[in-house]
Amino acid sequence: MTVNLTLLVVMGVLFAVGVYLILERSLTRVMLGLILITNGANVLILSTGGAAGLAPLFGKDIPPDAYNDPLPQALILTSIVISFAVTAFLLGIIYRSWILGRQDEVQDDIEDRRVANQPSFDAEDDAEMPAETTEFIKAEAEESPGTPTARAKGEE
Amino acid sequence: MLIVLTLLFVVAFAAPLIFRKLGRSTFYLLAAVPAGGLVWLLATFGRYTVADQHGVAGPNAPPSQVVAWIPQLQLELAFRMDALSAVVSLLILGVGALVLFYCARYFKADDAHLGPFGAQLLAFAAAMFGLVITDDLLMLYVFWELTTILSYLLIGFARQRLAARRSALMALMVTTLGGLAMLVGMIMLGQTAGTYRISELINRAPELLAHGTVVNIAVVLILVGAISKSALIPFHFWLPAAMAAPTPVSAYLHAAAMVKAGIYLVARFAPGFAGTGYWDAVVTVLGLLTMLVGGWQALRQFDLKLILAYGTVSQLGLLVLVTGLGDRDGAVAALGLLLAHGLFKATLFLVVGIIDHQSGTRDIRQLSGIHRAAPALFGVALVGAASMAGVPPLLGFVAKESVYEAFFQQAQHGGWADWLVLAGVVAGSMLTFAYSARFVWGGFATKPDAEATAFKPVSYAFLASPAVLAAATVCFGLWPAPVDAAVQPYSWLFPADGGIHLALWHGVTPVLGLAALTLAVGALLFRYRREVARFQDSTIRVVEAERIYRAVVGALDEAAIWVTGRTQRGSLIFYLFVILTVAIVTPVSALLFIGAPWPDDWVWFDSPVQAIAGAIVIAGALAAVRANKRFLAVLMVSVTGYGLALIFALQGAPDLALTQMLVETIVLVAIVLALRSLPARLWLRTPGRYRLLRAGLGLAFGLAMMGLAAVAMASRTAPPVSLAFPELAYEGGGGANIVNVTLVDLRAWDTFGEISVLALAATGVASLIFVRGRGDKRPRAVTVATGSVDRMSELDELGHRSAAVLTARRFATATRDAWLVAGRTLAPERRSIILEVVTRLLFHSVMVFSIYLLLAGHNLPGGGFSGGLLAGLALTIRYLAGGRVELAEATPVSAGVLLAAGLGTASLTALAPLFFGGEVFQSAIIHFSLPVFGEHKFVTSTIFDIGVYLVVVGLVLDVLRSFGSEVDERSESRPRHPEHGVPHEAPEALEEGVAR
Repeated sequence: MTVNLTLLVVMGVLFAVGVYLILERSLTRVMLGLILITNGANVLILSTGGAAGLAPLFGKDIPPDAYNDPLPQALILTSIVISFAVTAFLLGIIYRSWILGRQDEVQDDIEDRRVANQPSFDAEDDAEMPAETTEFIKAEAEESPGTPTARAKGEE
Repeated sequence: MLIVLTLLFVVAFAAPLIFRKLGRSTFYLLAAVPAGGLVWLLATFGRYTVADQHGVAGPNAPPSQVVAWIPQLQLELAFRMDALSAVVSLLILGVGALVLFYCARYFKADDAHLGPFGAQLLAFAAAMFGLVITDDLLMLYVFWELTTILSYLLIGFARQRLAARRSALMALMVTTLGGLAMLVGMIMLGQTAGTYRISELINRAPELLAHGTVVNIAVVLILVGAISKSALIPFHFWLPAAMAAPTPVSAYLHAAAMVKAGIYLVARFAPGFAGTGYWDAVVTVLGLLTMLVGGWQALRQFDLKLILAYGTVSQLGLLVLVTGLGDRDGAVAALGLLLAHGLFKATLFLVVGIIDHQSGTRDIRQLSGIHRAAPALFGVALVGAASMAGVPPLLGFVAKESVYEAFFQQAQHGGWADWLVLAGVVAGSMLTFAYSARFVWGGFATKPDAEATAFKPVSYAFLASPAVLAAATVCFGLWPAPVDAAVQPYSWLFPADGGIHLALWHGVTPVLGLAALTLAVGALLFRYRREVARFQDSTIRVVEAERIYRAVVGALDEAAIWVTGRTQRGSLIFYLFVILTVAIVTPVSALLFIGAPWPDDWVWFDSPVQAIAGAIVIAGALAAVRANKRFLAVLMVSVTGYGLALIFALQGAPDLALTQMLVETIVLVAIVLALRSLPARLWLRTPGRYRLLRAGLGLAFGLAMMGLAAVAMASRTAPPVSLAFPELAYEGGGGANIVNVTLVDLRAWDTFGEISVLALAATGVASLIFVRGRGDKRPRAVTVATGSVDRMSELDELGHRSAAVLTARRFATATRDAWLVAGRTLAPERRSIILEVVTRLLFHSVMVFSIYLLLAGHNLPGGGFSGGLLAGLALTIRYLAGGRVELAEATPVSAGVLLAAGLGTASLTALAPLFFGGEVFQSAIIHFSLPVFGEHKFVTSTIFDIGVYLVVVGLVLDVLRSFGSEVDERSESRPRHPEHGVPHEAPEALEEGVAR
């Protein structure tokens, strides 16, 4: 099928700019990037419908291939409204992050950093264990802070 | 037998409740269940031993029951009780009952978690029983892992102790590892054979072995499961560690039952698979090695329980070795030893439990003089230990002699390797004698350098269980005929040669000489224990397998942290980089490899206007990147949206153009409303080198998409599926607007999914802004004072009176509202009379037009989406002109109700046809005529479109109420900041944000 260079280039630019923007830290720009990517995707779907044609309003004498393909159109219609909903949701997130943290910025996840830097030593697995030769340890010895067991528990 | 199995499980589930009522005496009740099972088993024992052991079905076959479960997976509840199952069940039920009985005195009445413990112990007995009576490989695996999990819980009973937790986990990991290998082997075997029925598999073994390597590997994998469960080298270390379990658990799991599961599995497969493939390599080598290492290590222990634990490891090695022999002699000897070991080892563990309970230690360096303090206990222990050492006339001796006999026969017919095995077995048995003696001496003797240990008297109830076991050991040692009768039928599964019998006196044979030699050398080893210990200390210590295990687990931890640290960096941008790079590289390299077709038919544009529209879109996109003001960037993105609408229109897609225009407008308003409290400048910029990288990635992504799109379009070979759509839409859907009919009829499921997403997003927006509730209750106009909403401060930031505000206030004197319902409530300086008038003129017309779009959409451009968006736009105008009270007045129905009504309508349209015998989302065309309006046609899918309309209106309304009304109210209730450009500390805003 014929490839429309204009649509192709428009799509490429929208994708390129959209990707550039979502890689930014500013949440607003990320949102704009997403909108642009959606638009790019819509152009992509549209271009698969082929060359410009008649509006898909049924007429008895019109051959089916005279219309612009209605299937991509239906998909795009869905996509437009969904992207509206997604944009609205992102706006909510931006507003909330501004209210809570005065930040319009994607934050790094500190918890992930903490996980990456944790030592592999785990008292539960790696602490030296005293040999126990009875099950009937006195309760007070069990709970006193000096025993290795209690210390291991404290470190958890 | 299913009744017994069910009863065991049911009582186990009910046990915690009984414990609440009866306390620790419940153990007596629990013991009665397996005891009852044992009575039933003994009463019916003849049926299992007389049956043809090969038989699968028929009158002469062992009793079996099959319940279909998941036929597609060949999974069935198949049970079959043959002689082997029956013999092992004796041990499981008998020792199980005695151990539960013993528990009632072992634990203190006020011990915590006794209920769950009792339940787990009984459930364990049930799982073991199920394991040995099931005839289905997959069921066997299920029971197998059930015992693993229960053993984890039981070992970890003393959860406050590190040792218990750690060793429970170790046992779990090791045995599960073996279990998984076994599962793989079982599936390989089952798939090869086409059946998972164990009895059939064994009968068809010769035919299966013709498959060669697959079956050989499958058998080895199953053996891996067995040796991990039975604690053979290299998995043996978990068993001594598992001694952190309460002693009754050790007696049952680690002596009589669970570790025997591995032996059972070897015994189960030996009739078909012994001696094939890698069987001997695994069974003989590992078995012998384990026997020797276990015995050697047992001599080094000072903890009574550890002596027994290493002794068990050693005995399990011997058991696997003799079970794996795969002839009649081996079969008889193996089952004899299995029973003997179960009896004496459980006895000894229970004795250790009593010693620990009464004296508070199991350390043989501290124990002294116990044989004086508890002579009865000493007697029981002596019987158990002597049986373990192979001293006549006990059952242990009978079994040990038959084991010798089996290996001796093997060696006579075999080569030097078999003589080596016999020598190894004898050497191992010498060690067994030595550590048995060490056990008795360590536990009971009076040691010269230690004072007598304080020892509380032992009650009869406490001593009963080990005493019964010891009595059985003596009884069946003197009279082994019943044991022989029980174990013989299993050996019939093997080819008929040899044929030994369990008996106390076989006459003077070379084997008797070996037994005597064993006793003599064993006694010497004990006599010179100091010298042996010195020798043991002087030799190089074997690398402890537990250290290796911990090193492996530690390395796994390290690797996990390393991988997590490298991949989960916590930076969204990093993730996106990775994802997008993969998204570029994968499809592009796929295209390059398959040599995808490249289009040869190109046009620059369909019409010159399209090129202009394209240029506008591109310009808008590029400008959006350059823009450093927030709203400028937003506007530029909007330009691309409007340009796109133009492209849609030119392409022949009026619906898309209409919807895109409406959405773009509403999005613009929503963005302005939501982001108005944010600073005007987009001050954050990513540093330079990242910008280049991002630009490169963006460019690459754009180019890749262009290439992919071109190739995709060039690859089309078939005519589009949508060529049939016009006809379908008109004839089937009853509408001329093909796109709309596609949405509400042909692809109604898609649309239904979509409006669900819309409702979710709307709720999400409302939740993010209101935080608590949906904020559906807004003040009505009558309750709001005139000119009170959104008042500006009368003083400007310099402290002067603001002239503009004062002027506006002077003019706004009318309290009656001429144009809007609640326009008066807005502060005078906020009002625009022109906007109010225009709104008054437009609102109703727009609403009517939106309904027209909705209803006409089936035949003309329009439909629920565009109609709903237009109605939303009308509401937006109302809000902008009259403020939040006006919006509340304009929508007496809340957004939540709208969303629910929309989804409800759509769902009803979907389901209604079912009541008329149709399918979900089937539409009907109704013709009717009205006076004046004439002939009309109504399609039921229009009702679905009404649902869509309602949901879209609800979404827009939620956006307006959240980003409009609610944000208004918040900014009103806190002092305005003169300058938004700098991020500043705003504690009050923070508190407010959190509080709401």
